[in-house]
Amino acid sequence: MKRKLVDIAHARSGDKGDRCDLGLFAPDAATYAVLKREVTPERLARHFAGMASGPVELYPLDNLLALKIVLNDALSGGAARSLRSDNLGKCAAAALLRMEIEG
Amino acid sequence: MKSVRVGAGLGFYGDSWKPVAASIERGGVQYIGSDHLAELTLAILQKDRMKDPAAGYTRDLVPMLTSLWPLAQPRGVKFLLNAGGLNPEGARDALVAEFSKRGWKAKIATVTGDAVIARIDALRAAGEPLAHLDTGDAIDTVRERLLFANAYLGAQPLVRALEAGADIVLTGRVADAALFLAPLIHEFGWAADDWNRLAQGLTVGHLLECSGQGSGGNFNSYLENGWASVPDLGHIGYPIAEVSADGTAIITKAPGTGGRVDFDTVRQQLLYEVHNPHAYFSPDVVLDMGTLRLEDLGGDRVRVSGATGRPRPEKLKIVAGFDDGWAGTATIGYSWPGAMNKARATEAIVRKQLAETKLQYDEIHTEFLGFNSLLGALADDSKLDELNEVYLKMSVRAKDRRLAEAFPRQFPWLALSGPPTASGFSGIEPARQLLGLWPTLVRRDLIEPEMKVSLCDTAT
Repeated sequence: MKRKLVDIAHARSGDKGDRCDLGLFAPDAATYAVLKREVTPERLARHFAGMASGPVELYPLDNLLALKIVLNDALSGGAARSLRSDNLGKCAAAALLRMEIEG
Repeated sequence: MKSVRVGAGLGFYGDSWKPVAASIERGGVQYIGSDHLAELTLAILQKDRMKDPAAGYTRDLVPMLTSLWPLAQPRGVKFLLNAGGLNPEGARDALVAEFSKRGWKAKIATVTGDAVIARIDALRAAGEPLAHLDTGDAIDTVRERLLFANAYLGAQPLVRALEAGADIVLTGRVADAALFLAPLIHEFGWAADDWNRLAQGLTVGHLLECSGQGSGGNFNSYLENGWASVPDLGHIGYPIAEVSADGTAIITKAPGTGGRVDFDTVRQQLLYEVHNPHAYFSPDVVLDMGTLRLEDLGGDRVRVSGATGRPRPEKLKIVAGFDDGWAGTATIGYSWPGAMNKARATEAIVRKQLAETKLQYDEIHTEFLGFNSLLGALADDSKLDELNEVYLKMSVRAKDRRLAEAFPRQFPWLALSGPPTASGFSGIEPARQLLGLWPTLVRRDLIEPEMKVSLCDTAT
C-alpha cells in the first residue's frame, strides 16, 4: 500500500551554506523501521532531483527514531545570494513529507 | 544537588523578547543566552557600520535589555548576548549610556577578537590558505569583495567574563551554543577536556539557541498532536534547561506559557541545521548525538542525557561574506480564469523584451506565488488550471545595482497592454544586495591570543 510520509511521520528542515538538511521523525519503532527501509539515499535523490544537484547523505539515529538527511548543492549557492522565496530551505521538509512510500 | 537554569533569549535579530520576561519572572532562570546573529546578519551590520562607525551591533539590544533588566536585576539573572555583532564595544557604550541615564547599576563585559577582516593577509602569511571549506576555491576569487570575516569563538572567553563578575556579556561572533555552554562551565567548573559534559552542555545550547523552535514553534507535524494542537503559540514560552553538574538536563518552559516541550518538539530542534549528527562541531567539543537519550517526563519536561563528546577541533571556523551582486524583483498577479496561463504569458513577454534590449542579467529566476514559490520543482502541478489566482514573481541578479533596479520598471505597462486581469503589482522596489558566504578554517593559535575580555561598570 502506498502512503505519503505526511501521514506517518514529521519533519523539519534548515540550511547551512548551499546545503539543505532535514530531520525525519517516526512516531514509533515500527514506523521507524519502515522509514529506514524505504527512505533511501537513492529514493531521496530522485525525489529532490529538481532541487538538489549534489549527493544525498543519510544518517539513521535509532535512539531518536529519526533519519537525518543532507542535500548537497540544494540552495542555489546559499540563502544570502539565492533569488528563491524559500531561500532558507524551510519548506524542503514539507516537500519531503509529500514523498510516497510502500508501507 | 546543585542545578543551573539557563533560558533561551532571542533566536535571531528581530525576534521577540516578551517570552524571555516570562522565563525570568516565572521560570526561575539564572542565565539568558541570546542569539542575534544569523550568517546573514553580519552583512546587515556591516552596512550599518559603513554609514555610522558607532553602529554595527544589533539595534534590538538596548530596547530588549531596557525592558528586561528591571525584571532580571532583583533576581540576579545574567545575560550573554552576541548582539555586539561587528562592534561589541559600540554595543557596550550604547548600553552603558542608557543604563547610566536610568541610574541602573550593572557590570558589562565585552568579548572581542572574532573579527579578522583586517587580518586576512596576515593569516595567509602565517600559512593559512583560507580556501573555501566546501569547494576548495582560493580566496583570491573574492578577496576584493569581502565585506566581513569573523571566526566563531568558543565558550572560554565568555567564562572569563562571568568569572570577572559580569552581569551582561556582549560578544560578536561566537558559536551560538557557547552562549549557553559558558554559564554551565562557569557554575560547574567543568574542565576544558571533560568532553562528555561539554557535549551535554553543547546539546543544551543547541536546543535553546533557536528560541521557540525548541518549545513547539515551527513544529512541522501533521499527525495527531501535530502543530495545530500546540497550545497558545501567541504566548509561547521559550525553552529553559535545568542542568545538573553531570550535564544531564531537563528541557522545560515557564509555567502558564504556550507552546509544548515533549519528545517530538525537542527532537525536531535537536537535529535542526545539523549535518553529520555523529560529529557536530563546535569550538569547544565535537558532539556525537548517536548516544543521546531523550525521556519525555510529561508536563512539558524532557530529560536529555548520554551525549558523547570528542576532543575539540584543531581549527576554528571562519565565515566571511562577500558582495555577490544585486537582486531586482517584480511581482504581478492574475486571477481565474486561466491565471497560470496569463502569468506564464507575461513571463515570456518580459523575457523576450529583455532579450531585445540591452538589459543583460546574470540570472533570471521565475516563481509563481500560489503554485511553486515555496516548493519549487517539487510543487504538484496537477491542478494548475483551477487556481483562483497566481502571482508571477521574477527576480534577476546583476553585478551593477542600477541594472538590478531597472528590472521592475519593465512591468507597469503590462497593466493596460498585457494579458487580462493584471493586479497587485509590487511597485518599483529598490534592489537588494546579495551576499556570498565563504566558510573556511584557521588555526586556533592565530585567533585565540587576540581574544580580549573587558569589563566596565555603568555610572550611577
